[in-house]
Amino acid sequence: MMAALFNNPTLMIILTGMLVGVSGALLGTFLILRRNAMLVDAISHSIVFGIVVVWLITWATSGPVQILGAALAGLLTVFLTELLASTRRVRMDAAIGLVFPALFAAGVLLLNIYARDVHLDTHTVLLGEIGFVWLDTIVIGGIEVPRSVVWMGLVTLVNAAFVIAFFKELKVSTFDPGLATALGLAPTAIFYALLSLTSATAVAAFDAVGAVLYIAFVIVPPAAAYLLTDRLIPMLLIAAAIGIVSSISGYAAAIALDVSIGGMMALMTGACFGLAFLFGPRYGLAAQVWRQYTRRYADESRALVVHLYEHEGSPNAGRENIVPALQQHLDWDAARAEQVLRRSLRRGLVLREGSTLHLTRRGREAARELLEY
Amino acid sequence: MSLLAALTNYTVQNVLIGAVLLGCVSGLLGTFAVLRQQSLLGDTLAHAALPGVCIGFLIAGGRHLGWILAGALATGVLTAMFVVLMVKRSRLKTDAALGIGLSVTFAAGVVLLTYIQGTAGASQGGLDSFLFGQAAATRRSDLWVMGAITLASLVLVLACWKQFKLVVFDPLFARSIGLPVVVLEVLLTAMIALAVVVGLQMVGVVLMTSMVIAPAAAARQWVNRLEHMVPLAMLLGVVAGVFGALISAWGNNLATGPLVVLAASALVLVSLLAAPRRGIIRERIDRWHARRALGQRQILATLYKLAIKHRDRHYPVELGMLDSFFGLATRRALQRLEQQGLVARVGHMREEGPHWTLTDTGYAEAERLTHFMASDDGPTRPGPRGRGTPEHG
Repeated sequence: MMAALFNNPTLMIILTGMLVGVSGALLGTFLILRRNAMLVDAISHSIVFGIVVVWLITWATSGPVQILGAALAGLLTVFLTELLASTRRVRMDAAIGLVFPALFAAGVLLLNIYARDVHLDTHTVLLGEIGFVWLDTIVIGGIEVPRSVVWMGLVTLVNAAFVIAFFKELKVSTFDPGLATALGLAPTAIFYALLSLTSATAVAAFDAVGAVLYIAFVIVPPAAAYLLTDRLIPMLLIAAAIGIVSSISGYAAAIALDVSIGGMMALMTGACFGLAFLFGPRYGLAAQVWRQYTRRYADESRALVVHLYEHEGSPNAGRENIVPALQQHLDWDAARAEQVLRRSLRRGLVLREGSTLHLTRRGREAARELLEY
Repeated sequence: MSLLAALTNYTVQNVLIGAVLLGCVSGLLGTFAVLRQQSLLGDTLAHAALPGVCIGFLIAGGRHLGWILAGALATGVLTAMFVVLMVKRSRLKTDAALGIGLSVTFAAGVVLLTYIQGTAGASQGGLDSFLFGQAAATRRSDLWVMGAITLASLVLVLACWKQFKLVVFDPLFARSIGLPVVVLEVLLTAMIALAVVVGLQMVGVVLMTSMVIAPAAAARQWVNRLEHMVPLAMLLGVVAGVFGALISAWGNNLATGPLVVLAASALVLVSLLAAPRRGIIRERIDRWHARRALGQRQILATLYKLAIKHRDRHYPVELGMLDSFFGLATRRALQRLEQQGLVARVGHMREEGPHWTLTDTGYAEAERLTHFMASDDGPTRPGPRGRGTPEHG
């Protein structure tokens, strides 16, 4: 039964995508909150250098040595970037953009020199081929399990264990590094541990989705989750869920259109982000626009009731509290005056008698409340 | 292949001209990107070019560079606008917006690439090269397109020089005097996309990041003025490009793109270390000089204080006493002071160490220094008297 499960290519491909999504979301959440999203970009490019160097030394294309080597390459990138920025001669963003392309170029050049005809080519490193993960298997307990699933599963477990074990440390050093230092929580060590895991996960994932698409799995789902919630644990869960949903829908779309599965999964994280960006309940674009309109309507109604209240009972009420006066005195055009009036009538703030306007009791209370505070 | 043979080779000529054009345009436009702290926008736009390349290919029905570059420019500008929208209208910060733009557009590019592979079959041959660049595949007609873009961006920068300069260094002032700042910013961003587009053929989307940043970052170390930085960045870009192209032609067809990028990175490293005013080496030397001069001044001041204390302008001080007072060897510093004629050795008894004394010039110099330092904190700060003298210490 288990064997059948692990023999099912569709299931294995989707499972690999899910594992990439979940492990990426666990790390990406903290990287987004720390505003280090572009370090993921840097790391995932420069692990190519680590992968090539380890491959040249050990001839291994996957496994623990590769993961370790790439983790070191990722740390090297971050270290060099911070070193460069600490000279204060280039800014942080320029430092990132100088270090990782140099390492990447070195990696590509080494491949170019030593590895003309092997399967470890730059194309695979950048794009991956998740469609073939089920072909490369290892036997565990008599069951053939795809190598990518094993490594991604392990990395996901390690990431989850890290986040659970160091949750307090991660939380404090993300939101208040000063406090974390004061409490002796070693935020720098936590930061480097986070980035090491990001690089290690990148290596485990590069077989499946490639270095560049891995960035999408790390950055995009947490960014979408950030637009949907204000709390850390829901953000982690939502991000992981987006990773899972993107894997499933991406696979389906890729099969339907006969295009790259990894690319489609990454594109689906983008689609989820787009939905969150547009329709997120509080921070979405639609909600923002809606808030803006309702606020404008409310302000217009308030202007109207205050205007009526000010002139109510005064000798010139007959000239002020009439419909045409709204256009001159409140500087509204006819259509807008009509709209405001209709909304205020509907909300029971105002009564109309011919062209004269009266406040209802509610309208008068509303005006008084505004004027007295 | 000898250098001469390489230079007369048609392909190598193409690659060289392409490298020169790339160096020019990336130095020119990268300067503005780096100064506006938009270094990584080049990275995002480079990745965003991939779907544009594919769309251009699909529209033209083949590998026509004009269409492909137009597509890349269009998706680049769209992505840049989307990044700006995300930063303005959501709680995400620039880094996240850039990362999202980069990874999602690249994913779209990969999807389109496989779609083209699936439908057009073998005819997509030229498209993969835009990923890593394939300088050797540059055609004469490609060079005309690249040259036209380079020329156009050069003309644009020269025409709007004053406006761009103001937008880069003081956008608020630019707005206050009525410049169309938003238009100019969009123009500058679109030009980064242009630079990226020119580099696609030569170094590919991934390595273009470096070509936008490296020449400008290197040039910044040597000069302080925009009108010097732009030509220098262009020159350094050209040097890196030509160097990469030549090495790749010389050495068994190594990939040109990585070589160009490594050359540009090396230029940055050299500039950081060796630039005459901002360089790290210069800074270290200055600091060393300053430390040495400070030590000498302290010794001079100590001798002066002791001379005053003992009412003897030429009071001899034993070397061992100075050493133990400063906690380090002072002999070398004393020798340097002796060369300047500020201190002199004096005879001493056999069982004692060498003695030093101030000369008349040394006394005058020490007096000047002490008064200078005393007037430095002046009468407004009634601190402890005679700070740092041995008798108070």
